[in-house]
Amino acid sequence: MAPQRSQSARGYVAKVSLPALPPPIGTSGLIGWLRQNLFYNLTNSLMTIFTVVLLWLLVSSASGWFVIDAVMQAGSKQECLKIDSGACWAVIGKRIEQFMFGFYPEAERWRPLVCFLLLFVAIGPLLLPSFPARRQMLWFSAIYPVLTGVLLLGGAFGLPPVKTALFGGFMLTLIVGVTGIAASLPLGILLALGRQSKLLAVRTLSVMFIEFMRGVPLITLLFVASTMLNYFLPPGTHFDLLLRVLIMVTFFSAAYIAEVIRGGLQAIPAGQYEAAQSIGLNYWQTTRLVTLPQALKISIPGIVNTFIGLYKDTTLVIVIGLLDPLGIGRAALADANWNGLSNEIYLFVALFFFVSCFAMSRYSLWLEKRLATEHR
Amino acid sequence: MTPPSASKRTARKTAARSKAKNGVKEKTAPKRSGKAGNMSVIKIGQMNKWYGDFHVLRDINLEVYEGERIVICGPSGSGKSTLIRCINRLEVHHKGCIIVNNTELTSDLKNLETIRKNVGMVFQSFNLFPHLTVLENCTLGPIWVHKMPQAEAEALAMEYLERVRIPEQAGKYPGQLSGGQQQRVAIARSLCMKPNIMLFDEPTSALDPEMIKEVLDTMIELAETGMTMLVVTHEMGFANKVADRVIFMDEGQIVEQNEPEAFFNNPQSDRTKSFLSQILGH
Ligand SMILES: Nc1ncnc2c1ncn2[C@@H]1O[C@H](COP(=O)(O)OP(=O)(O)O)[C@@H](O)[C@H]1O
Ligand SMILES: [Mg+2]
Repeated sequence: MAPQRSQSARGYVAKVSLPALPPPIGTSGLIGWLRQNLFYNLTNSLMTIFTVVLLWLLVSSASGWFVIDAVMQAGSKQECLKIDSGACWAVIGKRIEQFMFGFYPEAERWRPLVCFLLLFVAIGPLLLPSFPARRQMLWFSAIYPVLTGVLLLGGAFGLPPVKTALFGGFMLTLIVGVTGIAASLPLGILLALGRQSKLLAVRTLSVMFIEFMRGVPLITLLFVASTMLNYFLPPGTHFDLLLRVLIMVTFFSAAYIAEVIRGGLQAIPAGQYEAAQSIGLNYWQTTRLVTLPQALKISIPGIVNTFIGLYKDTTLVIVIGLLDPLGIGRAALADANWNGLSNEIYLFVALFFFVSCFAMSRYSLWLEKRLATEHR
Repeated sequence: MTPPSASKRTARKTAARSKAKNGVKEKTAPKRSGKAGNMSVIKIGQMNKWYGDFHVLRDINLEVYEGERIVICGPSGSGKSTLIRCINRLEVHHKGCIIVNNTELTSDLKNLETIRKNVGMVFQSFNLFPHLTVLENCTLGPIWVHKMPQAEAEALAMEYLERVRIPEQAGKYPGQLSGGQQQRVAIARSLCMKPNIMLFDEPTSALDPEMIKEVLDTMIELAETGMTMLVVTHEMGFANKVADRVIFMDEGQIVEQNEPEAFFNNPQSDRTKSFLSQILGH
């Protein structure tokens, strides 16, 4: 039986034009937000309460060891234990310079520090469209790699030379990570375009490169870089180990980037190429102005994923004897004074990586939002 | 401020007209409006094309005069899109010749460049660049192909956006516009290249009925400026009103062509008759 209401709804027409009213209370504002997100229904409310309890337990139990009972200053592990029962962060304080610079000569440590600070000036204009005087600053970004090379290596402008074997710690991570990221993106783009090229030779070379680099573990490539390369090079040539590592890491990550970008390129409808051609754009113009910007935009999550992977994989250089933060940590653990503090040391290194990677992740989310132009 | 290409073309047009007056070329194409010139801008002879083993275009012969408006119709899959896409070489033909603006279409990239500069194309699915604003969509060609300064290109783009009646949308992204508006932007984008030939591939087929009219009106206005137009469409009202010639294609061949009145009222071939009865029948 049809309810009474549907009778009167039949043939209903609006007789006056109705004004727009504010939404009912509890559907907007703070209360609305809480309701929508935390207490939408029974399951949602239970999950919220469960999460809050879990977080509280976690924080309250961890804060003791991490903060309240922790020791910030002491001369050795023994002293730490005498003072309190928590984490012995003193070891970090004692070793912080090594963690940062490895065995870079103490008198010259201002050089990597300057490079580090200038890094932000160099990547700022690349990452942020609203950077002050962006166009001029991009010139600085372009010369930054050379500037860093000269500053770190020395041997010019009266700077005493420093061997790359002394590089270490976070400085080494940043050198390998940032160089790898900056160099593998353009190389990856070229490989992705090469893989789609109409020219068979270009296509074959790109495919071979990508498949080989992807098909081999990075550790193997690093070993090749450290030992086997000598067999292929003319005897007597000096080819810096760090430089070889940089090249291998770049090639390895470029292969992944190429595949990510190829995925993005394949998502671009044929109509985009045709429209670009029909207004007379040539291949490179079409790529640079029409298809690549769209493909890169779709590929951002995958690209950043690869970069984060690369950044963390820089720790693998430990296997060929470079002193990345984990290597420095090991050295600290081997010190009789600090023996057995692996929790503190590895947590500290983990924190460094987490902060860097989380920043990359946030930046990529921000970039995706900024580039979103589909408002359908 | 007239861009150099425009003035050059005006000069060429005048030259063409005087040439025609001197009777260098015989007028053979039917024309209705009297606007069509006598210079042939597209000449297709014995043209054939295959997709793999599939013989999609068979012995196409077609000559289009300056200012002519040609409507191409025919059943789906008959090769209409392929034919007009061959004219700006989005598709490559395999036999015969295609001459556009006195330049033969070959694999020579220089020729291709000049032809693409002078032949505009509007697609069924608009194909606007979604990452660029409406204005940027329109200035891309002039800036990068004609090397026009940005300010000049923007002024030009605004002129054409006004012509298609959407100057107020210049700052928006294509995704924020309706289908009809997007198609009018696509027309403006093509016109910004100052082409002398415009190709349309079912420009209204992806549109809701109320938007079809706004796009057709834009095209009618364009026709009134004397633009040479080849339009693949099933909008027979448009054909009747604007076309100098209607071409009917079936199975990769031009089966029939005539002035619109004769074409609609007195179709010759059986295939044309059955096609017309299908699209006009209801
Ligand atoms: N890229 C292609 N590869 C193979 N076959 C195609 C391709 N494009 C179109 N065809 C085929 O060619 C025929 C003509 O296509 P088309 O020119 O698009 O027809 P129309 O525009 O008249 O509908 C159709 O049978 C279609 O399936
Ligand atoms: Mg078609």
